[in-house]
Amino acid sequence: MQAALLLFPGINRERDMIQAVRQSFGRAPAIVWHKETELPAGTDLVILPGGFSFGDYLRCGAMAAHSPVMRAVREHAGRGGYVLGVCNGFQILTEAGLLPGALLRNAGLRFLSMETRLSVERADTVFTRNWAPGAVFRAPMAHGDGNYTARTETLDRLEGEGLVAFRYADENRNGSARRIAGVFSPNLRVLGLMPHPEDLVDPLLGGTDGKPLFDSLAAA
Amino acid sequence: MSEVSETLARSFGLDAEEWGKVLEIMGRAPSLTELGIFSVMWSEHCSYKSSRVWLRELPTEAPWVIHGPGENAGVIDIGGGLAAVFKMESHNHPSFIEPYQGAATGVGGILRDVFTMGARPIANLNALRFGDPALPVTRRVVDGVVRGIGGYGNCVGVPTVGGEVNFHPAFNGNPLVNAMTVGVARADRIFLSAAAGVGNPVVYVGSKTGRDGIHGATMASAEFGAASEEKRPTVQVGDPFTEKLLIEACLELMETDAIVAIQDMGAAGLTSSSVEMAGKGGVGIELDLDAVPQRETGMSAYEMMLSESQERMLMVLKPERAEMARAIIEKWELDYAVIGRITDTGRIVVRHRGEVEADIPLSPLADQAPLYRRPAALPPKPARLAPLERHAPLDRALLTLIGCPDLCSRRWIFDQYDATVGGQTVKRPAEADAAIIRLEGGRRALAMTVDCTPRYCAADPEEGGRQAVAEAWRNLTATGARPLAVTDNMNFGNPEKPEIMGQFAAAIRGMASACAALEFPVVSGNVSLYNETEGRPILPTPAIGAVGVLEDAAQAVGYAARPGLALVVIGATRGELGCSLFLREIYGREEGAPPPVDLAAERRNGDFVRARILAGGVAACHDVSDGGLLVAVAEMALAGDCGVTLEGAGTAEYWFGEDQARYVLAVAEPAALLAAAVAAGVPAQHIGRAVAAKELTLPDGLAISLPQLREAHEGFFPRWFA
Amino acid sequence: MKAIVTVMLKTGVLDPQGKAIGHALHNLGFAGVGEVRMGKVIELELAETDAARARQEAEEMARKLLANPVIESFKVEILA
Repeated sequence: MQAALLLFPGINRERDMIQAVRQSFGRAPAIVWHKETELPAGTDLVILPGGFSFGDYLRCGAMAAHSPVMRAVREHAGRGGYVLGVCNGFQILTEAGLLPGALLRNAGLRFLSMETRLSVERADTVFTRNWAPGAVFRAPMAHGDGNYTARTETLDRLEGEGLVAFRYADENRNGSARRIAGVFSPNLRVLGLMPHPEDLVDPLLGGTDGKPLFDSLAAA
Repeated sequence: MSEVSETLARSFGLDAEEWGKVLEIMGRAPSLTELGIFSVMWSEHCSYKSSRVWLRELPTEAPWVIHGPGENAGVIDIGGGLAAVFKMESHNHPSFIEPYQGAATGVGGILRDVFTMGARPIANLNALRFGDPALPVTRRVVDGVVRGIGGYGNCVGVPTVGGEVNFHPAFNGNPLVNAMTVGVARADRIFLSAAAGVGNPVVYVGSKTGRDGIHGATMASAEFGAASEEKRPTVQVGDPFTEKLLIEACLELMETDAIVAIQDMGAAGLTSSSVEMAGKGGVGIELDLDAVPQRETGMSAYEMMLSESQERMLMVLKPERAEMARAIIEKWELDYAVIGRITDTGRIVVRHRGEVEADIPLSPLADQAPLYRRPAALPPKPARLAPLERHAPLDRALLTLIGCPDLCSRRWIFDQYDATVGGQTVKRPAEADAAIIRLEGGRRALAMTVDCTPRYCAADPEEGGRQAVAEAWRNLTATGARPLAVTDNMNFGNPEKPEIMGQFAAAIRGMASACAALEFPVVSGNVSLYNETEGRPILPTPAIGAVGVLEDAAQAVGYAARPGLALVVIGATRGELGCSLFLREIYGREEGAPPPVDLAAERRNGDFVRARILAGGVAACHDVSDGGLLVAVAEMALAGDCGVTLEGAGTAEYWFGEDQARYVLAVAEPAALLAAAVAAGVPAQHIGRAVAAKELTLPDGLAISLPQLREAHEGFFPRWFA
Repeated sequence: MKAIVTVMLKTGVLDPQGKAIGHALHNLGFAGVGEVRMGKVIELELAETDAARARQEAEEMARKLLANPVIESFKVEILA
C-alpha cells in the first residue's frame, strides 16, 4: 500500500500520522503539498491529517477543500482509490463532498481534548478488518468542531447502507447525530473520523488501540 | 525631525534623570521616533532596570547549560546530541484588558522566543493566578484566558500539557498569565541574535505591521488604574495560523545556512529586535521603513518602530542566500522584505519617506540604560503558627479541601487544551506530577512542570522562593526524571516601593539557595513588575518552570494508585500548618510561617525516590504539597479509581500539614523500600494501602466513598461555568 | 463595487452559538428575545462595475466557498 499525505497550510498532526503510518507500513508516506496538481504515481491511499488548515477560518476545512490538490484526490477517489481523513481531514472531505454531512461547532461550544472510546461499527472493511466485530477502542479526541450533522434522510441512508464507521461508545460529548464519530463513502473506500487513532499506536505513549486502523490498511 | 519635550518624555515613562541622559547621549532633543525607542528600550520590560542587580544572584551555570539568561530562551544539553530550549514569560496586563487575546498572544510570544533559536516547540505549559472566584469578573477572565490559551496552542499544534492555577483576592484586578514553551533542537544548531557582517541584509518575515499594541512594553511597566479600561484599542490580536506557518518556514530556513542572526519581534517590536541584534553583535543597523510590509495606510515611523503586531521575525541573512530564503518564506505565504542592512557605524539609523527619523548610537543606548538598586525593605519573618486547639473531623476537612478552588480538579480547563498533538505525549495533565513528552524517534523524554505557592511567598518571600524551586524539582523527581534547569517568571508589585523590592530581593535569595543546593540553574526568565491595582499589590509570585530528562520514557511513573499496593510516605512529617490550605479553607485564617524548606533533606529524599523509581518497583509516586498528605493520597486514589485504607495518627497536623520534601510512593513491596530508606538515612513511613473497594477509610475510622470524593473534587469548575 | 454576503445556518440546523447568545441575553434581562441565530457577514471589494454581473460573481463565490450548502444558506447584497 503506497500512501500519500496531504499537507495544507495549518495542518498540525502530520507528524503523528507519519509516525503511525511508518510503524505499520514500514515506510513513511509521500508528502504532497496542497498546491500540487497530481498525486505521486502509484498512490493507493491518500491521507488528510488533522490540524487547522488555513486556520479553520471561514469554516473548518472549507478552504483546503478547494486547494489544487483536491482535484487529484477527487479523481483518485473516483477511480476507487482509498482516502483517510482524520479530524480536520474529515472536515475537508465533507466540505469537498467526498463524504456526506458536515461537522458543526461542538454542542458545548468548547474545544474538547480527552480520551474517548469508539465502537467499530463494521469490521469487514479495508480500514477496520484488524478489529474484531463490535470492538471498542480508546482514541484521543481534540477538536472544536466535531458535531456530526446531516439531513435525517442522509443519516437513515448511512445507517441503512452500513456506512457508519465508528460511534462514540460512552458520552456523546460533541453532540454528534446518532453518536457518529466516523463515516464511509458508499464504496467503503473513503473514511473520515474525528478522533485520532494515530495518537495511540505505541505502548510507550499509552497504548496501541489505534494501531489496527493502520495495520488493516498496511495489509491491503 | 519634530522636537519633543520633557513633558512628552514623562508621558512616555521616562523620568527627569532618564530624560537628561537621553539629551546627553543625543547631544540634542530627540525626535519623536527616537524618544519612542529610548522609552521602550529603557522601560522596565526591556531593560530590567529595577531587577537586574538582584537577578545576578541566581546561579546560571552547570555543565549541561549551553546558553543561560541573555538569549531569547535558555538552552540545555539533554543528551543524544539534543538540546532543550525553554522559557516562561508573562502576559499579565494584556490578559486583564482582553483575556482571550492577551492570553493567546502570550502563548504566541513565548513560542517565538523558542523557535527563534532553532527549536521545534514540543510543549506549552502555563501558570495562572486569578482573583476571587466569587466575583463575576474573575469568571470572565478565567473563561477568556483558558479559551485564549487553547485557541492559540491548539491551532498552532503544540500540545498544552501542564500548568497550575490559583485563586486569591490579591489578583482581583491583576491576574497573572505566565506561559512557558519547551522546544527541542540539535545541540549544535542553535540560532542566536547577535548580528554580524557589514552589508548583510536585514530581513523582515511574517505578518504585516499594523498599529497593534503600540506601547505595550511601557504599559507592561506601569501600574493599573481605572484608566486602563481605555487601553483596549492597543491590544494585539493573535493569528495562530500565521504563527504555525512562521514556525514551519523558520525551521525549514534553519535547515540551510542562510541565517546569520534571528530574533522575534516581541514587546517593542521592530525597535527592540533591531537594537538588540545590532547591539549584541557590536555593529550598526540601518532600516528603511518604506520597505516594511504594512497592513494599514499612513503609518508613521514612530508607529512602525513601536508596533507590537504579532507573528513577525527579524533576520540577518547571508546575501548570497537571500533569494533562496525568500523562496522558502514565500512558499509558506508569508511576507518577506529586505528592510535594511548591517553597518559598521555602531548606530541605528531609521529612514522613512526620505527623512532620517532616528539616528542613535547603540552602545550608550544599552550601556547607559538605567540600572537601579532601589531601596529594599526586607520583610519581617512571620511567627510560627501556634498549635490549633480543636480539629475538624478528617473526612469533612478532606471533602472541603479537595473541592476548594485551589485544589479541585482542573479537568474543565485542561480538557480544552490539545494535549496529544505531535504524537509524543507520555503523561498528560492529571496523570503525573510533571508532563512527560517523548523526543521523536527515540526513547528519551522530557519532564516539565510549573510551580509556585504565592501565599508562602507573601508570608515569607525568601522561604517562598526557595519552596517554589524545591517543589518544581520535586515534581520532576516524582516522575523519575533528573531535574536539569529552571526558567523563572518573577511577578511582583511596584518596585519603587521598598517593601515590594524587599519581597523581590528575598525571593531571589531563596530561589538562589535552592537552585545552588539542587544543581538546578536558572537559564532564562522574565520579570513582570507593577502588578498592582489602585495601589494594592498582587501576592509575590516567582513562578518556576522546570525541565528534566528521562533516558527512557518507559521509566516515567504517574501518581495513580492501584489496588493491592502499599503506600509509603518518604520524608519527615512534623505537621506544619502555617500558611496551609487547611488553615485557610477550614478556619478562614491566612497566617503563620510557611513550611521551612530543608534543602539537604530535599536533595536526599528526592535522590532516594528517583533512584527507587529508576530501579523499577515504584508503581506510582506523588509529591506532597498543597493540602498535605491526605490530599496527596486522595488524588492518588482518584487517579487510580480505587480505594485507600489509611492507618497511623489521626491528627490534622499530620494529615494536612504541608511539610516539604515529601513523596507518597505506591509499591508492591514496602518492606524493601522501608529498609532501603533506613539505609539511606531517609525518613519513611508505611501509611496504608490501596484497595479495590471504592472507599477511603481514614485513620480516625471515618470513611468517604470514592464517588463522593470525586464529586467534591470535580464539581467546582463545571458548576462555575454551567 | 462592494458585495456583502450574509451566511446563515439553514433553518432546522442546530445553532449552538445562537442558542448560547439567546441564553445570555435572557440572563441580561432581555426577556422578549425569541430564537437567536448567528451567521457571518463577508464583505467583498469587486472590480466588476455592473451590479447584475457583480451579484452573479458573488453568488458563485458563495456557492463555491463562502457557504456550505449542506448546512448553510446565503444572501448577497450589492452596494454601489
